[in-house]
Amino acid sequence: MSTPATDIELLANREYQYGFVTDIEADTIPRGLNEQIIRLISAKKREPEFMLEWRLRAFRQWQQMREPEWANVKYPPIDYQGIIYYAAPRQAKDQPKSLDEVDPELLKTYEKLGVPLRERELLAGVAVDAVFDSVSVATTFREKLASLGIIFCSFSEAVREHPDLVRRYLGSVVPSSDNFFASLNSAVFSDGSFVYVPKGVRCPMELSTYFRINAQDTGQFERTLIIADEGAQVSYLEGCTAPKRDSNQLHAAVVELVALDHATIKYSTVQNWYPGDAEGRGGIYNFVTKRGKCAGRGAKISWTQVETGSAITWKYPSCILQGEDSIGEFYSVAVTNHRQQADTGTKMIHLGRNTRSTIVSKGISAGFGQNTYRGMVKMLPGAAGARNYSQCDSLLLGDKCGAHTFPVLEVRNPTARVEHEASTSRIGEDQLFYCRQRGLSMEDAVSMIVNGFCKTVFRELPMEFAVEAQKLLGVSLEGSVG
Amino acid sequence: MLEIRNLHARAGEHEILRGIDLTLKPGEVHAIMGPNGSGKSTLAQVLAGRETYAVTAGEARYLGRDLLEMKPEERSREGLFLAFQYPVEIPGVSNMYFLRAALNAARKQQGLEELDAADFLARVRDKIRLLGMEESLLQRSVNEGFSGGEKKRNEIFQMAVLEPKLAVLDETDSGLDIDALKVVAQGVNALRDPERGILLVTHYQRLLNYIVPDYVHVLSNGRIVRSGGKELALELEEKGYGWLETAAVA
Repeated sequence: MSTPATDIELLANREYQYGFVTDIEADTIPRGLNEQIIRLISAKKREPEFMLEWRLRAFRQWQQMREPEWANVKYPPIDYQGIIYYAAPRQAKDQPKSLDEVDPELLKTYEKLGVPLRERELLAGVAVDAVFDSVSVATTFREKLASLGIIFCSFSEAVREHPDLVRRYLGSVVPSSDNFFASLNSAVFSDGSFVYVPKGVRCPMELSTYFRINAQDTGQFERTLIIADEGAQVSYLEGCTAPKRDSNQLHAAVVELVALDHATIKYSTVQNWYPGDAEGRGGIYNFVTKRGKCAGRGAKISWTQVETGSAITWKYPSCILQGEDSIGEFYSVAVTNHRQQADTGTKMIHLGRNTRSTIVSKGISAGFGQNTYRGMVKMLPGAAGARNYSQCDSLLLGDKCGAHTFPVLEVRNPTARVEHEASTSRIGEDQLFYCRQRGLSMEDAVSMIVNGFCKTVFRELPMEFAVEAQKLLGVSLEGSVG
Repeated sequence: MLEIRNLHARAGEHEILRGIDLTLKPGEVHAIMGPNGSGKSTLAQVLAGRETYAVTAGEARYLGRDLLEMKPEERSREGLFLAFQYPVEIPGVSNMYFLRAALNAARKQQGLEELDAADFLARVRDKIRLLGMEESLLQRSVNEGFSGGEKKRNEIFQMAVLEPKLAVLDETDSGLDIDALKVVAQGVNALRDPERGILLVTHYQRLLNYIVPDYVHVLSNGRIVRSGGKELALELEEKGYGWLETAAVA
């Protein structure tokens, strides 16, 4: 008969499943950050002049800025000159036209990650942009999408092929001077995804980007821009993993969403960057700026995130509700186990009349994990009749972890309504015993209780992702209850 | 099927069970009665394997196995069911999902195929009716927002679905009005079976009007101070527990 102690040890020692390294020759540039490096990145990407200028301006802004210290996370200083800002797998052609031209080693990598690009191309349903270190290595389903006028390509390609759209919208939601990490990204971003859905088009499949960091000592700085024109609809998913390494790696991404009149953008994330080991060695520092603008009347932007990875998560997917009757949503599950720290939440900025927003945040802390919800709801003078509902729940597993909530409400229109509910609970010995008395193992009991806790968020995820998220949650919390 | 010898258990520094002896055979219904604080609920929880209690001496055998060596989930999968005095809420987990997981855990143990949602539903329909419950209750979160009576019925409903070999009912009658009590009793009686043992823990005699036990034991201060047939319960009703507590000391 096995004892609880040995079970838990076994589970706790289970490896991070995506921790392997792909052995592939990389094209990297020297460490460090200066104007020369930025010119080099821009040149490698054969960018038009406007892009280089944009980067250089961002870099100068960044040099004037200081790293933010207000977040509830602790980490040693990051040496920005020690990072390699560009790494790309060497390929015969720098922009493969079809999967046949993609290095088989890369295809194998994505297969191991559970994102078989070929199959996904065959099985209709999900179009994938695969970003490996600093570059996009493949984008599937392009022709089919193009026939509807939908542009789905790597950011670099968009800069070259659709410069007008990029010029018009890049930085329109997250300006290059927005914050320290966004400015850094604006200066050095290497690739990412670009989506444009034209007027009245409903994107027939889920679009997704799969981000993978492979090379050592590199940072990943991708940038995603999604534009839904009037009446357009699109659902977009992103997933992320990285190898296990003892050193920390920086990931500072920017995502901008623009929804015009009556357009809908649904953006879902399952973030599973390497979280570091049980003692807190290694892991990704995830400093991400995500913001959407409901520019038009009746527009809707919905963020759903499941954050289980990263040593540090610093991320506040937000909505600017400018158009009348526009809607912003934020559904979040954040898990911190071992020594992970997450400071995450959202900002809902209500500008237009009758704008509505919903915030549902579920924080789960285990081990020595620290989980912070930080949210802001702002009702500006023009936001007559605006409404917000926020719900922030925290669940603690064990007694060495922490949950913190910092909600800020600012209401400057007397007709606006704001509701906020919050709870903190400990996963109860009585709940566990009840489940075990009905024949469930300890691990199954924890997983069931936690999944129940997250249900209102999971049901916002596309089906395929919901299943993955549930499994991921189980793995992330293994060994967290003794 | 259940043999308890000289069982001692404590919660922290406080010794609650101080030498329990009890033998229960298949088909028998035993009632454990006693005043508040006598150790009735502790006995029920210890049998189910609750780790907040430490067994300090004695032994318990269940179906020939050392019960005290088994994890709570193993006891459950081997057919030991505890109907909780205070059923626990599990928000976001549907009653149906929970119960199917429980049933499948037991079926897996017995080498049976797991049931999918459709098979499961077919199987539970008549049991829902037996307990006079709404089918919509299956879709609701486990015990969340249930009234006291609904929670107790839900326990018996779970028992009916899981068909345990040994059912331990901890104060199932507490907080029930007389109509609900009758429904619950009917549910329990429907499960009486020559192969099944039932241990009823109760403070009041009234439950035993509806579920007539084969044996009655009176627990006081962590020991069984008197055992007898069903008439013992009536005697208690008349004389109160004080009578036996004095007798035990004497």
